Amino acid sequence: MGRVGPDLRIRLGGVELPNPVVTAAGCAGAGRELDRFFDIASIGAVTTKSMMLEPNAGRPAPRMAETPSGMLSTTGMQGPGVDVFLQRDLPWLLSRGGRAIVSVAGTGVGEFGELARRVSDAEGVSAVEVNLSCPDPGAPAGRHFADDSERAAAVVRTVRSHTRSGLPVLAKLAADVPDLVALARSCVEAGADGLSMINTVRGMAIDTRSMRPAVAGGLGGLSGPAIRPLAVGCVYRVHEAVPEVPIIGMGGVRTGEDVMEFMAAGATAVAVGTTSFSDPSACARVLRQFTEALEARGVGRAADLVGAAHGSGAGV
Amino acid sequence: MSDNGPVQIRCPVLNVRRVDAYYAITVVAPGIAERFRSGQFVTVGVGGDHSSTLLRRPFAVHDVKPDYGGTVEFLFSVRGTGTAWLSERRSRDLLDVVGPLGRPFPLPRDPVNCVLVGGGSGGAPLFPLAQSLRRRGCRVDFVLGGASADRVFSALSARRIAETAAFTTDDGSFGTRGRVTDVLGRVIEEARSDAVYACGPMEMLRAVTAVAGSRGVPVQVAVEETMACGTGICMTCVVPVVGGDGITRMARACVDGPVFRGEQVRFDDVGTIPFDALGAPGWKGSSAARAAESARDIA
Repeated sequence: MGRVGPDLRIRLGGVELPNPVVTAAGCAGAGRELDRFFDIASIGAVTTKSMMLEPNAGRPAPRMAETPSGMLSTTGMQGPGVDVFLQRDLPWLLSRGGRAIVSVAGTGVGEFGELARRVSDAEGVSAVEVNLSCPDPGAPAGRHFADDSERAAAVVRTVRSHTRSGLPVLAKLAADVPDLVALARSCVEAGADGLSMINTVRGMAIDTRSMRPAVAGGLGGLSGPAIRPLAVGCVYRVHEAVPEVPIIGMGGVRTGEDVMEFMAAGATAVAVGTTSFSDPSACARVLRQFTEALEARGVGRAADLVGAAHGSGAGV
Repeated sequence: MSDNGPVQIRCPVLNVRRVDAYYAITVVAPGIAERFRSGQFVTVGVGGDHSSTLLRRPFAVHDVKPDYGGTVEFLFSVRGTGTAWLSERRSRDLLDVVGPLGRPFPLPRDPVNCVLVGGGSGGAPLFPLAQSLRRRGCRVDFVLGGASADRVFSALSARRIAETAAFTTDDGSFGTRGRVTDVLGRVIEEARSDAVYACGPMEMLRAVTAVAGSRGVPVQVAVEETMACGTGICMTCVVPVVGGDGITRMARACVDGPVFRGEQVRFDDVGTIPFDALGAPGWKGSSAARAAESARDIA
């Protein structure tokens, strides 16, 4: 006798996922490594590592430094290039029954369009995520597309126009930008069907023995529970501004309760990122804990949680 | 999910002991013990479930025994808060352990002569390797080195297992004063070694590879890189390695290694992106290189 559990299904743009727990880009490869620890098809989707047009060797070591409740990393988006990904990694994930949100990273606006076209032509993709934390070649060194709402919008517009209709385009936002809400609105107006937030936050750790930055290149991306309140605040503010737009919330998610928190702030789906480094079974565990938390509270539909912390209601 | 892949288990600590300058922890971990092959490693969560120290610590496996269904022993020195916390564990405490991870040492088909070279705690994974080689009828010779006598690991066991065991210390407090490579050439010649296995700091592995290479002896090295995940997803533990196809890739020490053929590691370029590595800045890949990449099965 099967007991009917809560309805975990959620909708991102036009696509339905069986549950709201997904992986964060760059924290799960294309799912293959984590599938050794849990069934990769059991989670909502795998957001794949950001793919560039060409193979990319990434940054020199050291690429990583541990920080309080987090880590700094700077891999430089090492990867085999989008074509190898589409021929080798994506088919593997789909053959296992997994769902793919494909993250793309361009070195220019036009390249984002080409990436979108190639990903859009591949069968079985659930959504395209646009990594806006890529250096903008048209801006001073160190500036990302996300740092300028208009430049970010130009990228999103190009990706949307090169992506077949019905395939959602998600804009991945950074928190350390001049005006997050303006950035979110620009991306939505440019055609984003949803928003993913937040990317890592630029930070630094310095090795006080050598008096040099702990990771090559100086700045790294800070991730982990250290940024969770920052991320929850971002999701809350953006959901308040554009409540009709689905958000994948992320930043230091470690437990099922953290998923509840992000959904209450306004996220429709929630990504597990750095925690998969420290706990390779994390996605499956977080999904189980989330399901148990819904049951314990008598919540029948996960989607009912979205935005529960907003307004004057008593919440769930 | 596959049956011979790594597992994540909460393991009771059987014991914690001091071994010279190191600590050794033995955990009861049947699932890991039965899958383990020498050269593979485990990662251990530190600080408890709510710790602000997120990342697991990777350790080479020093010993696997059939007791209690299967035990695994790993060795470490206290370097920071994570390893300090580990050193304070006691019997019956639970540790979150993932393993076995990484590619093991390849073993020779025939009973050949092997010399095993370890630097500091890098000697640890050579002991289960020595047992495997002995079971295949191989001759085993040890060369172990360290900064001082208390950092030359398990000299007694090495003497017991091996045909010969040579030791070196930087300060001359034990064995020959100097580096392992100061005696390695002589050991290779006297033992008529057919293969070298080495584990230790990158500088040592580079020097060992050079000594073995100059004598035409193949060498397998196990690298000790810092890593965040140990499972292949974080891309932080990369080392420039030349593939069988002649193409240099930034290989992940955790899943593509930690064991590599010594001559395939570009020791001079560790810590850099070599200009001719796949996807290096300005790299223009041939269509053949792309096809090779596409055909590769990485996981």
